[in-house]
Amino acid sequence: MIGIILRRILIAIPVLIVVASITFFLTRLAPGGPFDAEKKLPQEVIDNLNEVYNLNAPIYEQFYDYFSNVLVGDFGPSFRYPGRTVTEMISTGLPVTFELAFYAILFALLIGLLAGTIAALKRNTFLDYFPMAIAMLGICVPTFLLGPFLVLIFGIYLELLPVSGWDTLPGDKILPSITLGAAYAAYIARLGRGGMIEILGQDFIRTARAKGLTETKVVINHALQGGILPVVSFLGPAIAGLLAGSFVVETIFQIPGLGKFYVEAAFNRDYTMILGTTIFFSAMIIFFNLVSDILVLILNPRARDS
Amino acid sequence: MKNFISILSIFILASCSSGKTPVEEGLENQILHWGNGSEPQGIDPHIVTGVPEHHILIGVCEGLTITDPKGGRENLPGVAQSWTLKEDQKTYVFSFNPNARWSNGDRVTPEDFVWSWQRALTPTLGSQYSEMLFYVKNAKEFYDGKIDDFSEVGVKAISDYELEVELENQTPFFVGLLAHYSTWPVHKETVLKFGEIDDRSMKWTRPGNHVCNGPMKLKSWELNKKIVVEKNEYYWDADRVKLNEIHYYPIQNESTEDRMFRAGALHVTNVVPQEKCPVYLENKNPSLRIDPYMGTYYYRVNTTLPHLSDSRVRKALAMGINRKLIVEKVSKCGQKTAYSFTPPGTSEYYPDTVVEFNPEKGKELLTEAGYPNGEGFPTIEILFNTQEGHRKIAEAIQQMWKVNLGINVEIYNTDWKVYLSRQDNLDYQISRAGWIGDYQDPNTFLEIMRPGRGNNQTGWTNYEYEKLVAEANKTSDQEERYKKLMEAERILIDEMPLIPIYTYVKQFQIHPDVKGWDANILDHHHPKFVYLERD
Repeated sequence: MIGIILRRILIAIPVLIVVASITFFLTRLAPGGPFDAEKKLPQEVIDNLNEVYNLNAPIYEQFYDYFSNVLVGDFGPSFRYPGRTVTEMISTGLPVTFELAFYAILFALLIGLLAGTIAALKRNTFLDYFPMAIAMLGICVPTFLLGPFLVLIFGIYLELLPVSGWDTLPGDKILPSITLGAAYAAYIARLGRGGMIEILGQDFIRTARAKGLTETKVVINHALQGGILPVVSFLGPAIAGLLAGSFVVETIFQIPGLGKFYVEAAFNRDYTMILGTTIFFSAMIIFFNLVSDILVLILNPRARDS
Repeated sequence: MKNFISILSIFILASCSSGKTPVEEGLENQILHWGNGSEPQGIDPHIVTGVPEHHILIGVCEGLTITDPKGGRENLPGVAQSWTLKEDQKTYVFSFNPNARWSNGDRVTPEDFVWSWQRALTPTLGSQYSEMLFYVKNAKEFYDGKIDDFSEVGVKAISDYELEVELENQTPFFVGLLAHYSTWPVHKETVLKFGEIDDRSMKWTRPGNHVCNGPMKLKSWELNKKIVVEKNEYYWDADRVKLNEIHYYPIQNESTEDRMFRAGALHVTNVVPQEKCPVYLENKNPSLRIDPYMGTYYYRVNTTLPHLSDSRVRKALAMGINRKLIVEKVSKCGQKTAYSFTPPGTSEYYPDTVVEFNPEKGKELLTEAGYPNGEGFPTIEILFNTQEGHRKIAEAIQQMWKVNLGINVEIYNTDWKVYLSRQDNLDYQISRAGWIGDYQDPNTFLEIMRPGRGNNQTGWTNYEYEKLVAEANKTSDQEERYKKLMEAERILIDEMPLIPIYTYVKQFQIHPDVKGWDANILDHHHPKFVYLERD
């Protein structure tokens, strides 16, 4: 297994280099520059700004300088926010984005696994159709619709929860976590149901039942471990998706996470910020996929053998 | 599982409402909660640009003068308690308020302004508003590196309490310019403590480091979350300041801001969601405020293209637009139809130009230009940056030109930076544009259409226009000056390199507790005039 992990890490390095290089050149090829504004700046001001940020240098020189700095952990200054470094902005937004993703995945796992397991156990009954219909709805309803809807009900009409913010008012993390986690809960419910149905039909489950174990023990001690395998495989890309895709929820709930910087950087042609966040999110996606693969290897002996 | 259920229970229990909303608590403690658009780039007055930055800077720093919060033409004293214009009509002497202090207690001196303007004009700082000071003698020469010695620039401390500013020419709106933050001072010792004169890192502006001279001072700054400023006890007019704190929230999403206002989290919003404005107007929402604003929404015409180089064609296009219909049925939020480039009322300047909605005359002009009933006229493209509001207006105009003039129009939206780049390279036919004035004078509008100006972006050149605007800027007699500017405006509207559509308004929501938030076309709200009180 260690060999597999090492191989995956070795593959990740060139992947990151390719992603970063392509991003570097794409940002420079995109029309418009970081200092373009509705009120056009005099050319001499633009020249001075280009000089300050080394944008007058030939592209290969910029490329070399940038990646030399990245190797020593310096992602450069943000063009949009003078005085802030990209590293500083990532380290400010990241804990919030991580926390939001953590609560969202927690919510998704709790609701998703519960619904999936019940649906599998009560196949072709109301307790199967109803949660699965809700799950389908959860997958279809986008966060930009669900978020404002929840805010309207719980924040404005019922006045139970804050409508926005993060670590500002008690309970302000509930609605964003549910909004972000809802679609994932729905996926997990469907994957969990499929996995559990497959496992519940296996011989070892029949043997466990024949031994006289209660249904709860059969499910918790024997079925669940195999039943959640598809869910575990899904968790890697899901967490990466939660991190990189939190932009909409951060915007709806006014959350100071990293997602907002990521998207705005592209609109603002904030070259260093685009590169920094892209490299970072790519690394995160690779890392969480790796973690998910390792978990599958631990949980599934057949995967280890193959 | 048990642990998780416990966490969830704590979560739900913790969600119990704390009772008072921020707005209610704000009233008790004189804390204003203000929706401030986007995250500010920073608060170094010589580096930043933009409205959210200005909202904070107007609280924490102060220039020689401030704008009249009630919209009056004359500026009010800031650091300078009075000023005089010498006989040559181009040398000002500003007398400093002896009580003007920095937030660390140091006295604000004329020397501070000399150093600050030197900083703003240092090319390697990369200030984006350095041209605001180019009216000062030799300022541009210093910026361009033609002179190295800053003492040759026309700004001098002539005593401990007097600053003399010599201008290149008579510039009647110069005092108005001084209310713009790019001319405001920075605390030399603090700036130099954290870097060189041209250091853009702005470390000196961080909480704990920041020193400036406004009615408020920086207390905390949580990136993308909130900026808090508190009352500055050293401010020269501190007795007048009633607010204890202002909390600025960078909320870009209009709907989020609207929900926060409805839930009592904000006293003032930055905007009103476009789709909700007509509903609020119809329901007579008491929180909705629509104030005049010094900005024009218009269409640029690329006059370098053969079919748009004829002014008769451009006038025909202007006459084919029913502006009344656009403001009443499309934008629907109190905007005013525009018949001039400069918004009427800018520093008591009321242009008399007319752009009539007259499809028949428009057709006649098109026929004269060789396109009877629009026949033979190439399909034109309207370019705009991606935004629903711009799309609706472009679609309405597309329809009007088709029906009224027989011209085929395609509309094309792009990302903001692509849109800017295409305008700059004259790679468009018709392009949406907006211009917001920096200071209260018609010059802030008419100046940009002078030949060769970076913001002209239409390829239009008219030397009579250039002569009139240049002459007006050297005329100290205001009546004579406005006459020349009016003449220039008439040429602009007659030639129509730009088609005015409507005059902007500032639409926002404000809680009835907020007092002293007067309407003014620059949308400047100096915190010392604002307070919270329940009727």
